[in-house]
Amino acid sequence: MVNEVGGVACLTAVCKHAQELGLQPTITLADARALVPALRIATENPAADAQVLAKLADWATRFTPWVAINGTDGLWLDISGCSDLFGNEATLLERLCQGLAGFNITARVAVADTAGAAWAMAHFTTTNRIPPSKNRAWLTPLPIAALRLNAATVKNLELMGLRCIGDVLALPRASITERFGCELLARLDQALGTVPESISPRRLIPAFIVRHVFAEPVIVTVSLTHTLDHLLVKLCQLLKKHEQGVRQAVLSLFRVDGTVRRIKIGTNRKIQEPKSLAVLFAEHLKSLSFCLEDGSGIEVITLVATVTERSEPTQQTLTAIKAHSSNSNNKHALADLADRLTNRLSNDAVVRFTPYQSYVPERAVQICTSITSCSLTSWPISQPRPLHLFTPPIPIEVVTMIPDNPPILFRWQKRTHHVAHATDPERITCEWWRDDSWTRDYYRVEDMEGARFWLYREGLYRDSIDPQWWLHGLFA
Amino acid sequence: MSENAKKRVLDALRAQIQALELDSTPNSSPHAVVPLGAAEIDSILPWAGLPRTGVHEIEGRHGAALGFAVALLARFVADRGQALWCFRQTDPYGPGLHFFGLDPNFLIAVRAHRPHHVLWVLEEALRARCLGAVLGEVAAVGLTASRRLQLAARTGNTPCLLLCHNATAGSTTAITRWRALPANTNENDGIGGANFLGEPRWRIELVRCRGTPGGHHWIVKWCHETHCLRVVTPLADRSGTSSITVLRHAV
Repeated sequence: MVNEVGGVACLTAVCKHAQELGLQPTITLADARALVPALRIATENPAADAQVLAKLADWATRFTPWVAINGTDGLWLDISGCSDLFGNEATLLERLCQGLAGFNITARVAVADTAGAAWAMAHFTTTNRIPPSKNRAWLTPLPIAALRLNAATVKNLELMGLRCIGDVLALPRASITERFGCELLARLDQALGTVPESISPRRLIPAFIVRHVFAEPVIVTVSLTHTLDHLLVKLCQLLKKHEQGVRQAVLSLFRVDGTVRRIKIGTNRKIQEPKSLAVLFAEHLKSLSFCLEDGSGIEVITLVATVTERSEPTQQTLTAIKAHSSNSNNKHALADLADRLTNRLSNDAVVRFTPYQSYVPERAVQICTSITSCSLTSWPISQPRPLHLFTPPIPIEVVTMIPDNPPILFRWQKRTHHVAHATDPERITCEWWRDDSWTRDYYRVEDMEGARFWLYREGLYRDSIDPQWWLHGLFA
Repeated sequence: MSENAKKRVLDALRAQIQALELDSTPNSSPHAVVPLGAAEIDSILPWAGLPRTGVHEIEGRHGAALGFAVALLARFVADRGQALWCFRQTDPYGPGLHFFGLDPNFLIAVRAHRPHHVLWVLEEALRARCLGAVLGEVAAVGLTASRRLQLAARTGNTPCLLLCHNATAGSTTAITRWRALPANTNENDGIGGANFLGEPRWRIELVRCRGTPGGHHWIVKWCHETHCLRVVTPLADRSGTSSITVLRHAV
């Protein structure tokens, strides 16, 4: 890997063979070429590197939901409580290494009680595991750089003859702070676990997660559906125990080639029934069958309830309140229908209309994507309004006899409409608190055949010589 | 005696066939059929109204067909919950729906981008059994799609209205097919002055109807105040056109 550092092409990363030949990062390309004439180089691409790392982080969520990216070349995985899923920590590590090797990634992995210790082990040793609460003993022989300090501090410490962590540990704490600031001690304490270190995970850590690992990669949708049903039942049991209902859930499918496919569903009401959720996922799984055909199957699936809401346990219905319950059943059915439609079409496909206090026709209606919240606000019935409004309005050519009068004919859709009847104008001006100022004169007109239209003239005759006419709506 | 028995069997079979033809669900429930409200039209329909369990197609010129469809939708959902409107281009405009008896608060609008999405939405909505009526905007419906919708409407006990843009549609299994065209109003319509528009008039044609020959047509008027259709008796002599019309023709 080559990149320009201060105007000089330098090596930024080298492979194992190059290391054996004596090449090191930070030497210039010219020097490297002198050492190894047959050197193969590639230009560094940090953006692509970051992308690959993000992808790898996604892949790693199969081991734990808590994954964070460390710098430009590292990943943190908090596997507290996750190792049981794999048997023990060693198996988890083995799986992780196998997976990484499968991608041809040279990686060093280490597990420790603290993030700092794990980082030190991964970067400076070949041991991949520190037994619990043995941090001090294992860290003592490591060089100072293992404490994640900046280069200047490390250099200073080395000048003073403090080469390994043990040397620092032997010094009195007060003098360390005095000499080197808080950073050194803070990093030391973090590595030893006496001070907690907070690292933010890449994705939100869900409270409700269930997963399933297939013995062999799965390429058939049927078995996926089957497993999903099981997971949904498990998730719903978990939710019921905590009196929660799903509002949003994500199904992650980890494929053999390391990519992760996420299917997200949202619901209009809190759902605790596996069946209703299964219906929502079924649509997406159908479209997935095409992707499965390329041979790379699915190894692991996880199901996460990302957004949940507290839902009170419902009581069994009594006959006395049956009418009410059928009403609420109907509401549930409606919400489920809306969920199905929304999940298949798009997020803003299923809407309700609510009135808005404005005389401007296009602003008089607001769109509400929540189906369940049925507003009972009354709609103002002031002036006749069309059944369909063109957005945006359609420009038309008209002929008028007298200015300020309705047109006597207009052309729309390559047809000439002769106006037989027209109403007096209804003048609508822009609200004064808005920036733009326009005046529209709306006419309801009926053509010779009886079809009715809503036309308007923008602007007054005295303002502009030739005001534009528009078709804005259709009356029945 | 054997003659009598034969006749009885034949009669029973005839009745059965007629019932199948008319797709008559047990008419015991008063909600199974929704009358249009105009006696002249209802008397032509074999059910004295439009049955709930089925597909009704409406074609015609834009505004009139839209108005007629909304009026029918409003009649179907009256005090029976929510209506669903699935559209591709012609989205409903809330403030205008009131004039045709449909409360926009009880309307769910669904925007679909592809024709097959519309059909899917309609079928899902019909089978959900939680809606008063469903209206879909389609170009044309094939026989298979129409059959599916008809089955869905019957299982869901929900009426389905189809607003067809394509007038030359092939055979479908819809119970009724209507054509709504605008009809021009004249001064006898109660129009006071030149700058006044009266109640809209449509020329409604019953193109096809199961159980009865189609081809009937009426000129109807929609009343915005009472939300009902009224059949207008055609004028005996329409030669007396208004002076305004003459003037406009001259131009």
